Amino acid sequence: MSEQLIYKRTDYIQADKVAGFCPGCMHGTVMKLIGEVLEEMNLVDKSVCTLGIGCCGLQMDYMACDNITSPHGRACAVATGIKRSNPESLVYTYQGDGDLASIGLAETMSAANRGENFTTIFINNGIYGMTGGQMAPTTLIGMKATTAPAGRNAEEHGYPMHVCELLDKLTAPHFLVRTSCNTPANVMKTKNYIKKAFQYQMEGKGYSLVEIVTSCPTNWGLDSLKALEYLEEKMLPEYPLGVVRDLG
Amino acid sequence: MARVFMKGSEAVAEAAVRAGCRFFAGYPITPQNEVPEYFARRMPEVGGVFVQGESEVASVNMVYGAASAGTRSMTSSSSPGISLKSEGISYCASARIPMVYCNFQRGGPGVGAIQPAQMDYLQATKASGNGGFEMIVLAPSTVQEAVDMTYKAFDLADRDRNPVLILADGVIATVMEPVELPEMKSPEEVKAIKDGKKSWACIGHKIDYKNRAWIEPGQWKTEIQQKCNEECAALYESWKKDAEAELYQTEDAEIIITAYGISARIAKSAVDILRKQGVKVGLLRPITVHPFPFYAFDKIDFDKVKAFLDVEMSIPAQMIQDVDTAVRGRKPIETCLCSGGNIMSREAIIEKVLSMKEQEV
Repeated sequence: MSEQLIYKRTDYIQADKVAGFCPGCMHGTVMKLIGEVLEEMNLVDKSVCTLGIGCCGLQMDYMACDNITSPHGRACAVATGIKRSNPESLVYTYQGDGDLASIGLAETMSAANRGENFTTIFINNGIYGMTGGQMAPTTLIGMKATTAPAGRNAEEHGYPMHVCELLDKLTAPHFLVRTSCNTPANVMKTKNYIKKAFQYQMEGKGYSLVEIVTSCPTNWGLDSLKALEYLEEKMLPEYPLGVVRDLG
Repeated sequence: MARVFMKGSEAVAEAAVRAGCRFFAGYPITPQNEVPEYFARRMPEVGGVFVQGESEVASVNMVYGAASAGTRSMTSSSSPGISLKSEGISYCASARIPMVYCNFQRGGPGVGAIQPAQMDYLQATKASGNGGFEMIVLAPSTVQEAVDMTYKAFDLADRDRNPVLILADGVIATVMEPVELPEMKSPEEVKAIKDGKKSWACIGHKIDYKNRAWIEPGQWKTEIQQKCNEECAALYESWKKDAEAELYQTEDAEIIITAYGISARIAKSAVDILRKQGVKVGLLRPITVHPFPFYAFDKIDFDKVKAFLDVEMSIPAQMIQDVDTAVRGRKPIETCLCSGGNIMSREAIIEKVLSMKEQEV
């Protein structure tokens, strides 16, 4: 019987690197999916990753494609410059909730509103990771954060921000979707959504955003499995999964 | 060379286009709105990109992105807008990304007066953002000089892989003057400049960890960060050769005026008038305000000079700190200042020089 290769590790992630993500973190999973999609689409040598600040930025050391670190929140502005100056590139931003929805909200909304032809991969775990568990715009009501020790309350902090729905109020965005990596089935779905977003970009269709609801066991104060339960019981009801907009 | 009659802000934009600038992002702010407006009309004609950013912060970061992708890129603003741009400038300096920007200075801190002034000297020359980086800062005193400096700034930026600042003011932005425009770089030349950056620019590379483009505005490892800082320090040190100054009527001067930019231009005409009255006065004009032309002070005969007069459209005076370092206490330094958007008066300079002369007698 001859051997047939049915699965291989993506070359997009450096073989000799040990990723510094915490146990149970989903950044590694998303990174792997991006690498697989880029390889399958034969786009690695055209791709430029624009990284946000925070745990997202840790990727810089592991990936094989061109990448640039943006100032906190400015990934969509930096990506605008890169993509406009080299339209044949595949450009994506990789940002967390603090980067994209707090300090970078203006850059995110404006790039989406201009219909910039790049893709945003948005990691939403409802908390600031690298700085140690501060409240994010996406933090759930009642969820504890180091800057909201009694838990987020609506009177003082307002409500969790729904980025896909917010961008859906704009005319220009082409593809907006919320997904997760909490189950093998959702991991596969996420991969397909990333592929679709990159496909739309290569067809010149404009702005796409893939929001991925993930866990942060370290800053949620839960072990990996309990964090998954929390994600399913608390995060997903607030952030329902599915395609918010797909103009085809 | 084409000789045309142009407004300063538009001439600067045209000079940038001729130097091969193919990406401009900016945000409206008086007194330099004609810069983005000119680029908006001009860029489509040369296959370049103009983006009106949602803010100064976004605009400078668009330039950071475009320049990181190998394109000659520029932004411009005025004082409070320049403060907002300091984030992106610091990132460009840290990641060693060549870019050019222009500050048409206003008259004070905060929103300041929108009229011409020279209130950003220390910010421009000492700390244009966090982290102790430095830039070559060119200070034009005429529209022609603004044009020539803008054209040259792109070469300097590419040579050093570092931002270059044109420190102008509201007069240079709004005045119209005849100018000789520099030669337009051909599409082939513009492409060759961009292609020359292929090894490090974010344009997509073959899958290879070692050869990928990696734009790093900071380091995780302290020893690498220190090495980067040392390399930058060596670069800044090498700029001594780039320092430039104009010495006007200084050979026998007893009073030497120090001034840059539009103040120097006004001071120069005061020198001409005073010379006709037999007053031995000269002008030392820094053309690069960073690196500061300390060498020019070595060309002055301190046996003949009795005093210096620092002329600035800034209260408090700012360049005087560098002048003081250069003079090293050998002679007194007096000031003739205005601020808040008031333009330096030639008569005030003349009066001050005459009073200094009288006191000595």
